[in-house]
Amino acid sequence: MSDKDYLKDITDIKKMMAKSSRFISLSGLSSVYTGVYALIGGAYYYVKEIKTDSFSPYVAISIFLIVSVLSVITTIYFTHKRAKKINEKAWSKTTKQLLSTFSITLVIGTCFIIILAFQEKFEQLIPLVPLFYGLSLIHAAKHTKNIVKPLGVIQILIALLCVLFIEQSFWLYVIGFGLVHLINGLIIYFKYDK
Amino acid sequence: MKHLITNINKSFDHRIRLGIMSILMVNEYAEFKTLKELLGVTDGNLASHIKALEKEAYILVEKQFINRKPNTKYSTTQLGKLEFKKHISALEKLIKHN
Repeated sequence: MSDKDYLKDITDIKKMMAKSSRFISLSGLSSVYTGVYALIGGAYYYVKEIKTDSFSPYVAISIFLIVSVLSVITTIYFTHKRAKKINEKAWSKTTKQLLSTFSITLVIGTCFIIILAFQEKFEQLIPLVPLFYGLSLIHAAKHTKNIVKPLGVIQILIALLCVLFIEQSFWLYVIGFGLVHLINGLIIYFKYDK
Repeated sequence: MKHLITNINKSFDHRIRLGIMSILMVNEYAEFKTLKELLGVTDGNLASHIKALEKEAYILVEKQFINRKPNTKYSTTQLGKLEFKKHISALEKLIKHN
């Protein structure tokens, strides 16, 4: 074997390690859309509730759920599309690992949040949403190219700010779920997707 | 030059064997189907390379039944991990040396 072959061996090894353990089909566009949905949701709440001083928590929860469901559907769609484009399976072992690590933390958090919602302790509930979301992201980041980790850290910072400045939590949510997703998505899109 | 060659492990000196080891180094285990898909090789070809690595005790084979279907899991042994690391650093040294 010549040098060139050995060099190729090393690159092959690296490629195979990455391919078999990292989930690389995550598209930046899904994060962009998540941000856009959140911003639209935020704008709707601002016009309907904050301007009229009603601040209904139930409207906020409904908007949040709609935004979440839309985001999940969009993410699935773009992941499939991207996987096809780069000729990889979207539903691989890594995807399953990614989903299971992501959902463990998220399910625990959701249980807490649902209980607090039923007890109408909305002020305590607000910081928990970005907190558990951030923790799930950090936890799942080891199965991605680590583009997800900074997003998780920012969500946790938002959660801490929500505890400190509870009156500003509407704007913190707009920043955390809207702007941060949008910017993060654009970074991923231009850095990895192109 | 000779001392550099000695660390090159003949058992790994094949693209498919390198592939198998690379996958198993970063995953707890892999199934036959997963290995086959990732490496893009035929059943027989993969099986013969797995057998060679198993013979050297570099990988561990675990056979079981899931819903009455046979399922085989592969993982690296401590020895396999050690030897593979040696092999990679030997490759790197060789490239740097030339």
